Amino acid sequence: MKRRDFLQALGFGGFALSTFNGASLAWAKAPATADGAAYRNLLVLVELKGGNDGLNTVVPYADPEYYNLRPKIGVKRDDVLQLDYRTGLHPALQPLMPLWANRELAVVSGVGYPEPNLSHFRSIEIWDTASASNQFLEQGWLARAFDLHPVPKSFAADGVIVGSSDLGPLTGGTRAVSLANTEQFLRQARLAGPSGSSKNRALDHILKVEGDITQAAGNLNADYAFKTEFPNGEFGNAVKTASQVIASQAGVAVVRITLNGFDTHHAQPGTQANLLKQFAEGMVAMRSALTELNRWNSTLVLTYAEFGRRPKENLSNGTDHGTANAHFVLGGRVKGGLYGQPPQLTRLDGNGNLPFAVDFRSLYATALEKWWNVASNDALGAKFQALDLLKV
Amino acid sequence: MPTMTMTLCAGSALALLVAVAAPVQAAAPVTPAYAVDAPMGAAEARILLNRTSFGGTEQEVAEFAQLSRAAAVDRLLRGTLSVARTAPPAWADNPITPPREIRAMDPERRKDYIRGEIMRGVELRTWWVSEMLTTTSPLTEKMTLFWHNTFVSSQQKVKYSQLMYRQNVLLRKNALGNYGTLLHAVSRDPAMLIYLDSANSRKGTPNENYAREVMELFSLGEGHYSEQDIKEAARAFTGWSVEPQTGDYKWRPFFHDDGVKTVLGQTSNFDGDAVLDVILAQPACAEYIVARMWREFVSPEPDPAEVRRIAAEFRASRYDIKTALRAILTSNAMYAPENRANLIKSPVDLVVGTLRQFQFTVPDALPFALNLAQLGQNLMSPPNVKGWPGGEAWINSTTLLARKQFAERVFRLEEMPQMARNIMAEGRQQGGVKGAGRALGEAGRERFVTALSEIRFDPNAWLSQVKGPDPTRAVEVAMLAIPPVTAPAPGTQGIALIRALALDPTYQLK
Repeated sequence: MKRRDFLQALGFGGFALSTFNGASLAWAKAPATADGAAYRNLLVLVELKGGNDGLNTVVPYADPEYYNLRPKIGVKRDDVLQLDYRTGLHPALQPLMPLWANRELAVVSGVGYPEPNLSHFRSIEIWDTASASNQFLEQGWLARAFDLHPVPKSFAADGVIVGSSDLGPLTGGTRAVSLANTEQFLRQARLAGPSGSSKNRALDHILKVEGDITQAAGNLNADYAFKTEFPNGEFGNAVKTASQVIASQAGVAVVRITLNGFDTHHAQPGTQANLLKQFAEGMVAMRSALTELNRWNSTLVLTYAEFGRRPKENLSNGTDHGTANAHFVLGGRVKGGLYGQPPQLTRLDGNGNLPFAVDFRSLYATALEKWWNVASNDALGAKFQALDLLKV
Repeated sequence: MPTMTMTLCAGSALALLVAVAAPVQAAAPVTPAYAVDAPMGAAEARILLNRTSFGGTEQEVAEFAQLSRAAAVDRLLRGTLSVARTAPPAWADNPITPPREIRAMDPERRKDYIRGEIMRGVELRTWWVSEMLTTTSPLTEKMTLFWHNTFVSSQQKVKYSQLMYRQNVLLRKNALGNYGTLLHAVSRDPAMLIYLDSANSRKGTPNENYAREVMELFSLGEGHYSEQDIKEAARAFTGWSVEPQTGDYKWRPFFHDDGVKTVLGQTSNFDGDAVLDVILAQPACAEYIVARMWREFVSPEPDPAEVRRIAAEFRASRYDIKTALRAILTSNAMYAPENRANLIKSPVDLVVGTLRQFQFTVPDALPFALNLAQLGQNLMSPPNVKGWPGGEAWINSTTLLARKQFAERVFRLEEMPQMARNIMAEGRQQGGVKGAGRALGEAGRERFVTALSEIRFDPNAWLSQVKGPDPTRAVEVAMLAIPPVTAPAPGTQGIALIRALALDPTYQLK
């Protein structure tokens, strides 16, 4: 049901409509989601696994404390790609600068959560489940959201995970499939049987998953001929696979891709430059491919990682586990610019780590409320302020 | 891996059973719905062996079928081992490399060290899987894994394979012994002291991690303690630490807070052991552990009355693990129709169970140690302190396809080298078997491929053991806990029949 039809069904004519301002219409948009139309807006999550060093990604180049803390590995003032008078990008992110100029790239600084955990495994679990630091949840935040606000059954899947076997935010309950590449998945999926149901709960669950695989395999194809040239390498392949998935007619609500290797305790500069280059080139290729598909304006890309890294460099030309981090938001309907709070380098905690300014669940609330028009507090367990960084 | 049969102890142990399991407290006597002395039959024997022993060979099923439930369970519980028979990895008893030494390494040496540590981790997992495959006491390994998933520590944080090995030895030694003894021992186990941050906990700034988890996950369960109990108990655990030169337990009196604490309503200048005794005196403790066992062996939904009854016996026995197991494994619920095939096999159940049941020859278990990680059960590395959630969480699209691929390929020996290459390739793509593919190095990769090519399975020998008037039906019964969702096409037989049934959804159930 279209929003207008719905409003009319409730007795709101065109005249009544004009008396509402946009904000107060938020509640009336919800039914558009009940038939899943809002999930035509695609969410792409990019995991920078291992904990990308936000301080050398989004560089506070005008802050002398930055160079005090990072005499060896700090990105030199002359090398940064300036975004404003104090913030610049790592030079390897040069491919993203056209997106910045086009205001399709938002940078959110100071993203984290209270009582940060410095373990990779625990902290990514906190991010994936949108839990509090001392709370153990088994279901991913997107799985919870989709339980409450289901994705249309006609979709190939609720979400597709590319290039990783763990389902992350889709863990537990969603129609999620993971694949390394589409052809391989389609080959393997022949082993899955038809969907079904059973009074035996365990068997019922297995039959449901069989059906998810079969449904996804029946609706995904691997043969869209993109004009876009994808970068070589693992991440380039993942972006290509993700684009193939998105090209399939049946649709998915979420795609998650992973770029590994950000746990840069040693010899960080070369490693990180290489990874950021892969990231930037991959995002540019994705933008190009989704523009071909006419999907870039209905795509929202969010980066995430388990944590940022410690402001003070270590003795091995690297950085140790930290807390608050900078993240990227990209898409044709993103209001480009700088958000959040620049790193407070003189206000480090007892471990020498940064305080956070934006709870990561605010980013999730942005995706849920602003991008999909669904309530966020039920899926996130509390009310988190959505950020105003989308043209919707 | 030729020895697959279990040690057979002749004679009924019913008398012994009755003597040990004398009724405790005033639990209502349960009227057995079966004749106590009657043979349990093949169907019940399969349930018992599938859930306690990674399945049984056809011969074992036939032997157990002749015994009464009580005698069968007694046979399982007698003669259990408490030491692994598989020789440990060569480095197992070496002292650890002290953290200070690792920090001082130059980057190249440190890289080598880390590569070595990853390899040790792989060898450790391989060792355990070998033991599971060859042991004459599979229940010991099931229970060692049960305690590994209860008293969780993870190599991802502990980072010393030697310490994970020693913890595994400790868990096995007490796996079928005494829970109280095990709780005390594991609380000062070096891997645990590192994993839950006790090692650096000291007076004035006690770390609450262990105090919290010991009550929430290891003994009482949520709702049976307060935040204040955690704070007070944390003070009592201060001083239990690790000697960094050797990795051994070390008592640090200067770290210890000797002041008066109040824990669970009791007040004294408790140390860690005294707090554990206070915990063990709580009725909630036995109920929590019995409910966990119930979920492992009987059903995802514990029956409160039965849990209370068995917990009372468990407590009265002063936490004799075999007493609790005996009560659970002879309970009516264990064999009740409504509980049939209601448990999803863990990856270990699936892989080890398949290899044992079909009497595969596996000279080197390395591929299966890595395979388990792909299936979502990377031994020695549970996902977090709560362990593997298990049940339905075992199965998602990735793991289900990986399970089916395992089932398909393991019965296609000629494709083994291809399976090897795929696992290596997938490992690379996913940075996962957590980088094991990469970490194995050239020699390791060669070993991996060799290991796969040496696996042997004789379908005809196995099929000849499966007896019944309808041969197809007999194979079904041997392989599946309930009839298949999709019946094999008429005329399917031999290895094709085995493959078809192994791909049926019901093969994931026990």
